[in-house]
Amino acid sequence: MSGRVVIVGAGQAGLQVASSLRQDGFAGSITLIGDEPGLPYQRPPLSKAYMKDGDAARLALKPDSFFARADITYRPMTRVSAIDRLAAEVVLDGGERLGFDHLVLATGARTIRPPLDGLDLPGVHELRGLADARRLRDAMAQARRAVVIGGGFIGLEFASVARAAGLEVTVLEAADRLMGRSITGAMSARFLAAHVADGVDVRLGARALAILGTDRVEGVALDSGVVPADLVLVATGVRPNSELAEAAGLAVANGIVVDADLRTEDPRIFAIGDCANFPSGQERIRLESVQAATDHARHVARAIMGAPAAPYAALPWFWSDQGALKLQIAGLSTGADEIIAQSDEDGAVHSVFAFRDDRLIAVETVNRPGVHIAARKLLGAGVAVTPAALIAAGHDLKALLPPA
Amino acid sequence: MPHVTYVAADGTRTTLDAAEGASVMETAVRNDVGGIIGECGGAMMCATCHCYVDDAWTARTGPRKDGEMDLLDCAASPVTDASRLSCQIRMTQDLDGLVVHLPEAQV
Repeated sequence: MSGRVVIVGAGQAGLQVASSLRQDGFAGSITLIGDEPGLPYQRPPLSKAYMKDGDAARLALKPDSFFARADITYRPMTRVSAIDRLAAEVVLDGGERLGFDHLVLATGARTIRPPLDGLDLPGVHELRGLADARRLRDAMAQARRAVVIGGGFIGLEFASVARAAGLEVTVLEAADRLMGRSITGAMSARFLAAHVADGVDVRLGARALAILGTDRVEGVALDSGVVPADLVLVATGVRPNSELAEAAGLAVANGIVVDADLRTEDPRIFAIGDCANFPSGQERIRLESVQAATDHARHVARAIMGAPAAPYAALPWFWSDQGALKLQIAGLSTGADEIIAQSDEDGAVHSVFAFRDDRLIAVETVNRPGVHIAARKLLGAGVAVTPAALIAAGHDLKALLPPA
Repeated sequence: MPHVTYVAADGTRTTLDAAEGASVMETAVRNDVGGIIGECGGAMMCATCHCYVDDAWTARTGPRKDGEMDLLDCAASPVTDASRLSCQIRMTQDLDGLVVHLPEAQV
């Protein structure tokens, strides 16, 4: 198989397409375009291990030598300004044009900037890329009082690290629970209790009205008063980078719309990872995860190689490290209508089983890797598990696995 | 710097200097050793850095860490008594000369 593949976006998804294509024996040209400097790197550790140890060398996904060996043209610090579908070319900033036979959009997502006064004050941070993480980490070393706007994964992971580093930390979450978009209420409550026990001031239903300060940030205004701060992290979620696709006339709706093969309506153009809105059962979803990035990438590499494709149907999984707690999620709990939770002797929830229409759809666990892996196998194999069956099995997912 | 040798499924040997404290997985990824992927970056979320510790070294690499066996259940290649996740083995001077064998497939 030959031809020219151009990949826009050099995150984990984009790099994996390039790498999988070569692994699968693709003989054509591969160009990987990224807008950041340096080698493609892992993002998950930015709010976890990197925020603690500051070791950027550990983040690289591949060494420099990989690109020469695999004959992949990597173009960092390069922005694509347009896709010319008629000419089958991408147009780079500066006007250079690159022809393609297959185009993969792996453009990722960017931090939402909520409409708040004071967002541009020194001391106000976001956390998306390595450059953000470097600045935030440096700032954390000087700061005493951090306010995190947004109680999602990234905000809470940073809150844990900052608290462990000795800062006073306040988390402002506009909704009535933490990580509400991603996990069940029982698990939200478990993490709320853990953060409070660690000394984080978590405020639910707390909407930031403005970021205050003259020369630099001094606090965050709420209905109930002002929370003083010398560091503010804005972590209210991300928005998919779908403008290039939209400008090229491709359908966009919470991400770039693709079919079960991860193709846009233009069969030469795929979209993968954080920027892709893809079918999942009867619904359409967009995921922000390493799992989606790499599974999408491998799927698209096979499609470009002309392999007969079953519809994309990989099981989503996620993780988050917050203090001593490792949260692992298999499946999506959206739309759950029944929850079975298990707790330690001290009452802390460690496993949550989410059901929809009498069928297990997601499992959330804390520091229980064995249960997580069993859940991935069970859900990935499409085994139907009812609440009654789970209880009959003594909550032991391994007992419900089909014999190997 | 401690050395670590990777023996690929086809017998190819690669010997590298490892940074003290770096994992066997990280050392492989940093140096583009084929046969180790490390997709989750060492977060114990996948089993794509599976290796077989050479018989001469199993005593010194010690037992598997908590949860490692569960993840190895997902490995793409057969799991033996020598199987480890290479992200869970940290290189120290004590492991200078370590030899690990790589499986046929990681995904």
